[in-house]
Amino acid sequence: MNNGNSTSPRPVVEIRNLNRNFDQKWALQDVSLQIPQGGVFGLIGSNGAGKTTLIKHILGSHYAQTGSVRVFGIEPVASPVEVLSRLGYMSEDRDIPGWMRVAEIINYTRAFYPSWDPHYAEELRELFDLDPKARIRDLSRGQAARVCLLLALAHRPELLVLDEPSSGLDPVVRRDILTAIVRTIAEEGRTVVFSSHLLDEVERLADRIAILHEGRIVLHEQLDVVRESFHRVTLRFDEALSEPPPMPGAIERQGRGQEWTYLCRGDRELLLQAAKRLSAAVVQESSPSLDDIFISTVNRN
Amino acid sequence: MQIHLEAKDGVPIYLQVMQQIKYQIASGRLQPGEELPSIRTLAEQLLVNPNTIARAYRELETAGVVEKRRTAGTYVAESGSPLARKERLKLINERIDRLLVEAFQMGFDLDDVLKLVQKSQLAIDHQKQEERSHE
Repeated sequence: MNNGNSTSPRPVVEIRNLNRNFDQKWALQDVSLQIPQGGVFGLIGSNGAGKTTLIKHILGSHYAQTGSVRVFGIEPVASPVEVLSRLGYMSEDRDIPGWMRVAEIINYTRAFYPSWDPHYAEELRELFDLDPKARIRDLSRGQAARVCLLLALAHRPELLVLDEPSSGLDPVVRRDILTAIVRTIAEEGRTVVFSSHLLDEVERLADRIAILHEGRIVLHEQLDVVRESFHRVTLRFDEALSEPPPMPGAIERQGRGQEWTYLCRGDRELLLQAAKRLSAAVVQESSPSLDDIFISTVNRN
Repeated sequence: MQIHLEAKDGVPIYLQVMQQIKYQIASGRLQPGEELPSIRTLAEQLLVNPNTIARAYRELETAGVVEKRRTAGTYVAESGSPLARKERLKLINERIDRLLVEAFQMGFDLDDVLKLVQKSQLAIDHQKQEERSHE
């Protein structure tokens, strides 16, 4: 198993200085990302932050207006077959033809992938309890999502790309999707990229995250490092203050009177030293959740 | 092995897994020599990245709490008892620290706390005697 650290050979996805605008409106601005092999990459952002636009560049459905996109070292727009045959994709829209039957869409999709594993497809179909004769349009939202998941997994892709996969789904189907992510990553060398606004999913699964805000990457880091570099401290000052004094790396300040709570990014020791210099007592200290980190980082930008 | 993850409280998942395994060993729910679930099994059970479980197991191994055997399984260390005592001490000390911090913030001093602890002990003893006399 790979640790998802930077010792991996070549990144599976490499994006450099990517810009994209639609009708004079910036959708992506100077985005640079490296997604190493063998990990789970969580792409976080509010609605309209540019997550889907970014993912479409990875799939090769958008060309890079400026900058470059490489997947497996290949330019996806120039060589779509080489890239897409090694990639599994599932989107929030789950747009598969409603008139097809489950068995038909499976056979149809199979034709595109030399590495399709029919036994695995059948195993998943049974696991997900999908009726081969059912028409896609008659399936529940959850069953339709399972069909899409099967289609994304059955060729055992090197790179699995999931765009808001659990959006609008019940916990049982979400569990299937998360299990698929865990299994994919447990198999040597496979890589998962998924976007989500459900940060507890990202926190459980990602080893590396990027926060996208208004088309820009505002944080791009290993999750462990993110966790270690954000701190929440509550300080108690000798006297009531109307305005809290600055602290190193503070990105959020809340409180009143003698007690103020800071959310800071940076070295914990520096923070404690600064508190000491202000002769403030640290009355509480905790690690902020990814939710808090996301909200404060986005607000600051 | 039951592990409960709390996503909201900011404690990294590998640490939560480590702490709960240590706690289960210290409290005797996991016995020396007992096999832990495989990394993949636990990852699927908890729906977390297998690398996270691998890290928790690795750090538990470094701390001597668990050991890897040739068959690639991970087991609770046989030399569990002195270590378990160390772990038990660590766990209880963490609780004592928290108790003292809160007590001092509320304006109790060490003597007050010690008296309260003794009082609680007497109450527990008393309750036990009552229960026995009812049996």
